[in-house]
Amino acid sequence: MSRDEMRDLQGKRLHKLVSLVYHNTPFYRKKMQELGLIPDDIRTIDDIVKLPFTTKQDLRDNYPTGLFASERSQIVRMHASTGTTGSPTIVGYTRKDLAIWSEAVARCLSAYGVTHNDTVSVAYGYGLFTGGLGLHYGVENLGATVIPTSTGSTEKHIKLLRDLGVTTLACTPSYALYLAETISKLGLTMKDFNLKTGVFGGEPWTNEMRKEIEERLGIKAYNIYGLSEIMGPGVSYECHCQCGSHIAEDHFYPEIIDPKTCEPLGYGKQGELVFTTLTKDGMPLLRYRTRDLTSLIADKCECGRTEVRMTPIVGRSDDMLIIRGINVFPSQIESVILEMKEFEPLYMLVVDRVNNLDTLEVQVEVKDGSYSDDINAMIALKNKLSNKLKSVISIKADVKFMEAGQLERYEGKSKHVIDKRNFNN
Amino acid sequence: MNTKQLSIFLENRVGRTKEVIEILSKEGINILAFTIADSAEFGILRLIVSDEEKALNLLKNAHISVIPTDVLWIEIDDKVGALVETLSKLEKNNISIEYMYICHCNNKPYIVIRPIDMDKCKGVF
Repeated sequence: MSRDEMRDLQGKRLHKLVSLVYHNTPFYRKKMQELGLIPDDIRTIDDIVKLPFTTKQDLRDNYPTGLFASERSQIVRMHASTGTTGSPTIVGYTRKDLAIWSEAVARCLSAYGVTHNDTVSVAYGYGLFTGGLGLHYGVENLGATVIPTSTGSTEKHIKLLRDLGVTTLACTPSYALYLAETISKLGLTMKDFNLKTGVFGGEPWTNEMRKEIEERLGIKAYNIYGLSEIMGPGVSYECHCQCGSHIAEDHFYPEIIDPKTCEPLGYGKQGELVFTTLTKDGMPLLRYRTRDLTSLIADKCECGRTEVRMTPIVGRSDDMLIIRGINVFPSQIESVILEMKEFEPLYMLVVDRVNNLDTLEVQVEVKDGSYSDDINAMIALKNKLSNKLKSVISIKADVKFMEAGQLERYEGKSKHVIDKRNFNN
Repeated sequence: MNTKQLSIFLENRVGRTKEVIEILSKEGINILAFTIADSAEFGILRLIVSDEEKALNLLKNAHISVIPTDVLWIEIDDKVGALVETLSKLEKNNISIEYMYICHCNNKPYIVIRPIDMDKCKGVF
């Protein structure tokens, strides 16, 4: 498809989408009315800049289903993502949405060279997270064999990978490296396996990580990108050229904006990625701000595809951290620490990657009156904080008690995160 | 007899114990007993010093996390069986111990005990 044909298709779909949300989502109708817009003002894809943005906060404000544009009877599935303040973000899909989603994932798999002759182990979490089920139905749509491994026992997974002759592994890149390590610890070599292809996403990763995964697992490692608000995995994917991820822009229209001014930026400029769901009925979103920082490439790819590509994510325009594939906001950790009167209202988060697994250290100072001479009491206090954190952020953090005065006091905006992982190369 | 022990919270890092002890030695405070209880990331330094009031102020002024803790300070004979004798007294009076250590001071052995219940020890030693 030429760029012009694509833009023509996108324009038509956008026009339909705007009409759908104007008539079915009070939130968007109100926003458009405030801007003096009616659906017929939006006729071509270039008109998209007239439309309002949508933020994560809008999703929270309309919890649980305020942004749905279809009747509840038409919704066949809902997913939920972790929230910063207790309320998760709910997304809903119609039967048609699920068909498009599985088709989008099948499209990614085809680009990786996966066919109906392949066997795919899906080791993303199944459940409220979109990763597991999203990949699962894409593999079925393609006609390949899917093994719904989910997360859990690594040794059992390795046994299945070997015994079932799995050719394709879908998981987070850091888990892929953990698998490689466990395989060699078990005294196995890649000759015992039939693996060819890796489908990796859910967290940012570097080319160095790709090289390491490819060497250690003897596979080709491809990126898959997505976010539940837009659909789930399958929004963009790499082809065999591995030079940026092709966006399925017939379904998900990408823009890059300046995160401060919200002005659209041209191709090649780095800024915040924004998506409009062109074909979604369940919970369509206009110009959703992903907070992911990247740039777009419009040139035709060597593989022949004309779709716009996105370069690897270099960071976030907010302070969200992605740790082991889980979204963590420093404010979540802050609220736990502030709630506990045993600690000073100060903290520092140190994020690192040790043996290819993300680690999170939470440094705190115990208040003067809360120290104990009893080491068991101190360890119990540490565990109490650690457990509270786990229940809020869903991952285990290493709590480190600092001596009084060791954490820096900032006068202005404080710095709360040291991220030792480097995603910029 | 009862005495005050100073319990000091320490991060595990090279040189930290020396820094803390130096604060006391510079001001002429003698250390009578010294032990460290440690976990993986932090330690609790327990000291009995010649002038606990002064030491407490010095440490607090240096922003060191320190808490005074009541302990039993018992002189024992320097001979085989003396420790058993003391421990038997504890046992007879049904006193549980949180921790204990031994030190040597003015050529005499002392035993420092942190019982779970300090009140129970009244009149025993």
